[in-house]
Amino acid sequence: MSPNLFLVVLLGISALAYRQGKKKAFASVTEKSQRLHSLPNYYGVLTALWCFIPAILIFLLWQLFSDFILTGIAMQDVFANTPHLSPAEQNLLINDMRNMVAGVVSRVDANPLVEQAVERYLNIRVISHMALGVIMLIAALIPGCWIYTRIKPEFRARNHVEQIVEILLILCSTVAILTTVGIVLSVLFESIRFFQQVPLWDFLFGLKWSPQMAIRADQAGSSGSFGAVPVFAGTFMISGIALAVAVPIGLMSAIYLSEYAGKKLRAVVKPLLEILAGVPTVVYGFFAALVVAPLIRDMGLTMGMSVSSESALAAGLVMGIMIIPFVSSLSDDVINAVPQSLRDGSYGLGATKSETIKNVIIPAALPGIVGSILLAASRAIGETMIVVMAAGLSANLTANPLEAVTTVTVQIVTLLVGDQEFDSPKTLAAFALGLLLFVTTLMLNVVALYVVRKYREEYE
Amino acid sequence: MAMDTVIDMADTFGVGKQVHEQEVTKALSREDDSQTVGAPFVDAPRMVCRDVNVYYGEKQAISNVSLDVAEHEVLAMIGPSGCGKSTFLRCLNRMNDTVDICRVTGEILLDGRNIYDKSVDVVPLRAQVGMVFQKPNPFPKSIFENVAYGPKIHGLTNSRFELQDIVEDSLKKAGLWDEVSDRLDQPGTGLSGGQQQRLCIARAVAVRPEVILMDEPCSALDPIATATVEDLITELREHYTIVIVTHNMQQAARISQRTAYFHLGRLIEVNPTDQVFTNPRHRLTEDYITGRFG
Ligand SMILES: Nc1ncnc2c1ncn2[C@@H]1O[C@H](COP(=O)(O)OP(=O)(O)OP(=O)(O)O)[C@@H](O)[C@H]1O
Ligand SMILES: [Mg+2]
Repeated sequence: MSPNLFLVVLLGISALAYRQGKKKAFASVTEKSQRLHSLPNYYGVLTALWCFIPAILIFLLWQLFSDFILTGIAMQDVFANTPHLSPAEQNLLINDMRNMVAGVVSRVDANPLVEQAVERYLNIRVISHMALGVIMLIAALIPGCWIYTRIKPEFRARNHVEQIVEILLILCSTVAILTTVGIVLSVLFESIRFFQQVPLWDFLFGLKWSPQMAIRADQAGSSGSFGAVPVFAGTFMISGIALAVAVPIGLMSAIYLSEYAGKKLRAVVKPLLEILAGVPTVVYGFFAALVVAPLIRDMGLTMGMSVSSESALAAGLVMGIMIIPFVSSLSDDVINAVPQSLRDGSYGLGATKSETIKNVIIPAALPGIVGSILLAASRAIGETMIVVMAAGLSANLTANPLEAVTTVTVQIVTLLVGDQEFDSPKTLAAFALGLLLFVTTLMLNVVALYVVRKYREEYE
Repeated sequence: MAMDTVIDMADTFGVGKQVHEQEVTKALSREDDSQTVGAPFVDAPRMVCRDVNVYYGEKQAISNVSLDVAEHEVLAMIGPSGCGKSTFLRCLNRMNDTVDICRVTGEILLDGRNIYDKSVDVVPLRAQVGMVFQKPNPFPKSIFENVAYGPKIHGLTNSRFELQDIVEDSLKKAGLWDEVSDRLDQPGTGLSGGQQQRLCIARAVAVRPEVILMDEPCSALDPIATATVEDLITELREHYTIVIVTHNMQQAARISQRTAYFHLGRLIEVNPTDQVFTNPRHRLTEDYITGRFG
């Protein structure tokens, strides 16, 4: 019997429990004057939940840990007979066994010990399945029956169901939080290893970024320096250019779309704008590298400036185009959500359209607008492909947008691509960059939140 | 076959119409159904409306309304819910322009000039003909900023002091000053519904319009605040012209000089207020004010 079958059975039992619970609720009302505390459905749902939840919890736990425990038991003999194995060798044996169990590797000429372990594994797996079935059945029936016996007209089934639903909702939101914590922790630990090799100070304030390390001791020139300033400067410059393009254009088009454009035009233009967000970033990269960058270089040449063929300006401009829809589409939505009565109030006092937009609509929509800009900014900061293709890889510390620069995300990619050892500062630097980037965007969010709090004008 | 059906149907309708007409002749004292009973016209009108029709898309909300508004009068508009009072009121300062599907035909003159003429700019028009809406709609700004909004955009003041004076004066007129004088910097949306409505009245008064349109300004107010607003209206009448929509017939009787009764988009009767409430000329008006209908 496969465990998945248990799930089907469990669903069946829960459905049955639902019916029985509802029935009993109906039946429990004997006198005319009596009334059920909750709707009959709630009694059914409660009974079903009490069947389903304990059993499914046990099932999930088993899914998580069964393989680990079974392997441990199966390999006991193997390890007992071969005492001096290194952890790596132990892992190899375990893998052998797993492959054989899964049937990936044929059993011919295998280590007899391992073969024994496989037999053992298969045996206890069958037993464990049966045990699981029995335990799940018990875990479904006992709580189910218990709650079933408690069904009386004055039993507050609705409140119980609502409580269970609330707990479920809390669990769901915890998943998101835990994931974030997990990501932060994993990055944090690797970063700590990096900072054991490279001082924090050098990383935060160093002005030179060249992560190539000397492979041999006698190799000249490449000592590796990990100053993050040029890389972050590149990120901020490109994102800044992108936002300088996207925020005005996006905001203006949002205002046009929501306040001036007719319904029909809006229905056409808005999806068209949103297509911009759907273009793959690689394609934007082509566009930046093949069209915009040469254009900028030629224009620079005619004006007598030397422009490198890869420039922050090209990447920033194209990235700006890419994130326009984030600003325009979201801002358009929030501007539209400002109630018509506020506009009427302003027009009714003899305000012009632009006065109304400036003084009433934008302030009322501000939180949403800032949110859309934040989203666009984080998109710009995280963007990699366009930068690789149009802005280059060299970490120049420069304020001139016509030179080639590089960004944090690009450096992370180049550091981690290919075969790398995971304990050299070069690879660990990627985690430190990631952590710093995370902290930066977090601060950006906090600042934006503060701005919104301060200037928000709340409508109801 | 099909033809026969059509003729049959036409017959049926024809008969129905005759019956209807008989009823109406009974109902009316003299006038024909489509005409307004009473005295819709005055000698020296401030606003003149002729044959006004309003459509929301295909649906007609106002049909053939002709009505004058005299200088320094309070004109009350009453009628059952959905009969088009708000719609008509919103025509008087072209607030209907903001509704895409709304179309207005006919003439509405302010001081002899057609406000629906192409050459008319709605912005000064709305400053001249102010409006208080049915639902209170304070801006999500401070109480002070709410009232100062109009004077600011119209450049009515030269200094902060003048602006403060206007704000204080307007709030006092709307009977709100005592309640909010110590918290002018707090958001207007934080006030109670009735306070919000008075804030909106103060906001409209602050622009110093010549005609004020009020759409049920007291529907959310308690009797005391209502009395304040009624006093304000009576006081404003010395300088302004006021058109007010109300469901409260005692209120109409207390504050207005003339009363107009609307029914299903038509203007049924306009007469001096005391006459409308003591001796209505149209049966629909009578039914409404005696509470038999609406
Ligand atoms: N924006 C709109 N779009 C479509 N129809 C509308 C719109 N506004 C009003 N109407 C319709 O026009 C008619 C008149 O509405 P109006 O708001 O003028 O009524 P009213 O007399 O003010 O009613 P109440 O006393 O309930 O405020 C109603 O039938 C209404 O459904
Ligand atoms: Mg109305």
